[in-house]
Amino acid sequence: MSVSDTNSSPHTTAIETPKNVALFVTCLVDLFRPSIGFASVKLLEDAGCTISVPPAQTCCGQPAYNSGDKADTRDIAMQVIKSFEAYDAVVAPSGSCAAMIKVHYLELFEEGSDWHQRARKLADKTFELTSFLTDILGRNPVTAHFDGVVTYHDSCSGLRELGVEKQPRRLLEAVDGLTLKEMKDSEVCCGFGGTFCIKYPDISNAIVQKKTKNIEDTAATTLLAGDLGCLMNMAGKLKREGSNVDVRHVAEVLAGMTDVPPIGKTRNDKKG
Amino acid sequence: MQITSPYFKEKSSEALKDANLQKAMGNVERGFIDKRANAAANLPEFEALRDRAKEIKDHVLDHLDLYLENYEEKVQETGGRVHWAAGAQDARNIILDICKRANAKTVTKGKSMIAEEIAINEHLERNGIEPIETDLGEYIIQLRGEAPSHIIAPAVHVNKEEVEADFRRSHRHLPPGRNLEDPTSLLSEARSVLRDKFLAADVGITGANFLVAETGTSIIVTNEGNGDLTQILPRVHIVLASIEKIVPTLEDVSQILRVLARSATGQDMSVYTTFSTGPRRAEDPDGPEEYHVVLLDNGRSDMLGTEFQDMLRCIRCGACMNHCPVYNAVGGHSYGWVYPGPMGAVLTPTLIGVEKGGHLPNASTFCGRCESVCPMRIPLPKMMRHWREKEFERHLTPDGMRRGLLLWAWMAKHPKLYHAGSRLVINMLGMIGSRKGSFKRLPLAGGWTEHRDLPVPEGQTFQQQWAARRRNSKVGQAA
Repeated sequence: MSVSDTNSSPHTTAIETPKNVALFVTCLVDLFRPSIGFASVKLLEDAGCTISVPPAQTCCGQPAYNSGDKADTRDIAMQVIKSFEAYDAVVAPSGSCAAMIKVHYLELFEEGSDWHQRARKLADKTFELTSFLTDILGRNPVTAHFDGVVTYHDSCSGLRELGVEKQPRRLLEAVDGLTLKEMKDSEVCCGFGGTFCIKYPDISNAIVQKKTKNIEDTAATTLLAGDLGCLMNMAGKLKREGSNVDVRHVAEVLAGMTDVPPIGKTRNDKKG
Repeated sequence: MQITSPYFKEKSSEALKDANLQKAMGNVERGFIDKRANAAANLPEFEALRDRAKEIKDHVLDHLDLYLENYEEKVQETGGRVHWAAGAQDARNIILDICKRANAKTVTKGKSMIAEEIAINEHLERNGIEPIETDLGEYIIQLRGEAPSHIIAPAVHVNKEEVEADFRRSHRHLPPGRNLEDPTSLLSEARSVLRDKFLAADVGITGANFLVAETGTSIIVTNEGNGDLTQILPRVHIVLASIEKIVPTLEDVSQILRVLARSATGQDMSVYTTFSTGPRRAEDPDGPEEYHVVLLDNGRSDMLGTEFQDMLRCIRCGACMNHCPVYNAVGGHSYGWVYPGPMGAVLTPTLIGVEKGGHLPNASTFCGRCESVCPMRIPLPKMMRHWREKEFERHLTPDGMRRGLLLWAWMAKHPKLYHAGSRLVINMLGMIGSRKGSFKRLPLAGGWTEHRDLPVPEGQTFQQQWAARRRNSKVGQAA
């Protein structure tokens, strides 16, 4: 059974609501934009969950994994498993990090081994934020208000490894005052790709240029997505191109926490 | 052909600045993607067929020796001959030998990626035999002295104005004032030039999309009909194929054919699906007198039983490259050898060595779109990652990158140090950038800031703020 099947299964709503939820903050949110972490906490607390943030978390290990450093990835995965396995559920405001835990940790350990079993158990209860709110909690905790036209970029890992596509849109529909205008090729990569954007900057640039054009063509004033890596890439490019489009993580809008400046902007910058 | 894969980065940067190439790539991207999506959507059992196609090929790969022997027997029964070629040089020698024995002066060729892989054209030319490409795309790039840039659309990087110039330069016997503005006039000119060559050729070489073990049949899938003329008109027909093209039965082929054209061009079926079995029989109105099959291994059997075995399911539809943001940005020539795009990124290092092909599996964002459209469900990103693992193990990863990665991983494994260190850096960056929102330039972040701004961190890390929040709530509870 694929991961996306698990997520969209109609039976999931019958599962008892996980109360004791651990937030996997993700390294980028921890470092660059804690607001996304607090927006996630608010959404989860509003939905009745008790939130813990295990202090021993650093990163999911994806940079090492995608660079071919399997030994370090395994060590980091074991650290994550140990820190998070005691909770009812693990939620990350990132499809990419959630997919690392949910899909790829299993590939790091030999099938049948103790660690593989522990990885499997953690995988089963790890979720991307919007998928957790809709597929698992099965209700709509959103009471936010947001005035404006937004467009939504589907980050690759969340979309293709976890089947996160309808979930954020369903939640955004419930936001009072918000209009969603879809861009062309919303499912095409933004060119971030983790270390790819540093290793092949010219190619990454060519890809993100196509993305920013599609964003601008919608005339939306705000760009949303569910992964900070992609958001920083697109925000950085939009800023470099002189665009006024505001860029935010979808959780900020869903939680009604848009009083912080958009990604890459200050309070004094022109609004999108 | 000369391998330029080690210069992928330089070649791709040049490609990004090549206005003609960018125009050509822009023209094709939409066509392939939309057509495939429609074809898949219009066939309710498409996903089930993908599963079936994968099962068939998996089964073949688990019993490849058996099916290859079956296939050889059948070819022999129908009067043909199978030649086993371990490497590219063996295949070249075998083909040249057959051509010499046929006293061949000219050889017509259908489209074949294996012919590119063994660089047969250069070898024939060096030995005084003229190879003539008859697929329109291949013909165009032969005139231009180029390699294909796409596995099913070899001249996809060329604009029609460039083709017109190539034809005027090459077809000097035709009136200079002729109209060659629209694609149809280009097509009919190529057709009329090639017609005589088809008739004069001594040997015809085709590739094969499938080899059927049950019947000894080779199958080609084409849209122009040139393949048929290549294999029927000359006295000798050589089928050039790699060993993993085997499929057990005609029934199996008919299943895989249903996903091939849909994935490739969005057609239900290609215009021609041509089956050829052995040489001409007494009662046949036409066909070759000799029927040879050159079966190339060239490293493929070494992939069996390894983490790269799944790659041998590939049926060369090109869907992975059509949907690849990197391929669409830089075009096929940047990849520097025969196979571009995601399938090339996996296959090329196995065929030319990871020392030369090492860039290719790295030049991917791992967006996974290739895997999502692959009709044979090949886990392409996973296999590219396997190559990265091999590079890392063998210290082929660039030094700076490796050192940075190891330092970062060490920090990530020591959470207390990591948090203390990251706090320091992030608080400082937050302070420096507090009035800016984003950095235009930053030491050590040149790779990022060359093309885009770097958003300034909010200031305190999440962990820092969360700890403070916990302390405050405890103080609140105590009071």
